Amino acid sequence: MTTTFPSRAVLLGLILGLAACSVPDGPVDVHDPYETRNRKVHEFNKGLDRSVVRPVARAYGTAVPQPVRAGVANFADYLDTPKYILNDVAQGNGRDAVHNVFRFAFNTVFGFGVLDPATEAGLERRSTGFGETLYVWGVPEGAYLEAPVFGPSTERDTAGRIVDIVTNPVSYVLEDEAAAIPIVAGALTGLNARYEFGDTIDSVLYESADSYAQTRSIYLQNRRFELGQETDDFDFDPYEDFE
Amino acid sequence: MTYDLTRRLVLGGLSGGLAVAALPAAAISSAEAEVLVQRVVADINAVINSGKSERAMYADFERIFRRYGDVGVIARATLGPDARRASRAQMREFSEAFAGYLARKYGKRFREFVGGQVTVMGARQVKNYSEVFTTVNLRGQSPFEVRFRVSDRSGKDLFFDMVIEGISLGKTERTEIGALLDRNRGDIDAMIAALKTRG
Repeated sequence: MTTTFPSRAVLLGLILGLAACSVPDGPVDVHDPYETRNRKVHEFNKGLDRSVVRPVARAYGTAVPQPVRAGVANFADYLDTPKYILNDVAQGNGRDAVHNVFRFAFNTVFGFGVLDPATEAGLERRSTGFGETLYVWGVPEGAYLEAPVFGPSTERDTAGRIVDIVTNPVSYVLEDEAAAIPIVAGALTGLNARYEFGDTIDSVLYESADSYAQTRSIYLQNRRFELGQETDDFDFDPYEDFE
Repeated sequence: MTYDLTRRLVLGGLSGGLAVAALPAAAISSAEAEVLVQRVVADINAVINSGKSERAMYADFERIFRRYGDVGVIARATLGPDARRASRAQMREFSEAFAGYLARKYGKRFREFVGGQVTVMGARQVKNYSEVFTTVNLRGQSPFEVRFRVSDRSGKDLFFDMVIEGISLGKTERTEIGALLDRNRGDIDAMIAALKTRG
């Protein structure tokens, strides 16, 4: 990482600006002012999935035994743990910070980073990132965005992802060629997920009447659930109009 | 892309018209709701460990869905405001087609549950319904949460939504049925015909 501090600060300012940019007038379930552009990106992503991601994920899933793939996924999570701790602290969540410190130490000593004995010991994975930190700080979700390659997101989560990349403590420890390790581990973990949940992902992308709308709905519902965000007003209540 | 969309992907509706005189709200207790979901879960566990063929399992799921779920009300709600212009016969046919579609679509997902276990964790009262929490443990995966939303507003204790890691079957299917109707240029009969081949 050779980024100098001022440029990083400028980037952070831009990101926070972006995260604050689009807020709907009233409460809405889906805020998607960039739908036209998002749909183009979605078609691009589907093409990429069909021609590259899915076949490569299949090859990876078939050629590499499951325990090895699980080890790679554990390692990617392990490398992300310092980032979780940093964000736990930024969120004022001391419990999770301590949890993740112990988890990291435990898996370093007993798991060499590739096994996950901590989960067995009751220190399960508790991932977080700067997107969640922004949520805790009160930054609104912003508009829905579908990003090339990375897929569904929101303005807030996109800002979070960029900050996560820039601030990841591990990237400051690893130098030169070693800096590529977390990126490779992350990419392989993504391929593993594409393989493991292949049927479900296929059904959303290739069997839906409108795969863009399905992806958007599923992403937003699940993301809000992860964040513990209140969604009561938009819950499904089929009796509403009967009363 | 879409790596965040994992096994949680499943299920998902808006309400149509039809005003019915308001019944006195004797909301279902969370204990009663829990009993209902215990039965649903026992039935699901029995099917996924029955060793039956896929087709036979779909039929079993459809029976469970019809028995414990408020199918007609869910179907009407997924159709949204368009339910108002549907005839009684169309609504009946749509409801039938919808039940079969759901059984096929989610039956495929439940297949991944074979050898797994669904456990009821507890229940809570929310506004005018009850929410029952269950945990699903599948081999080689971290456990995840499925919530059943149960109401007696139809006069019987029935579930009206299932929420997997925050993803509501009612909401997701409302989006899907709306899209299917758009694809068929708003023609309800054509949409029903298409629904029969899906899932």
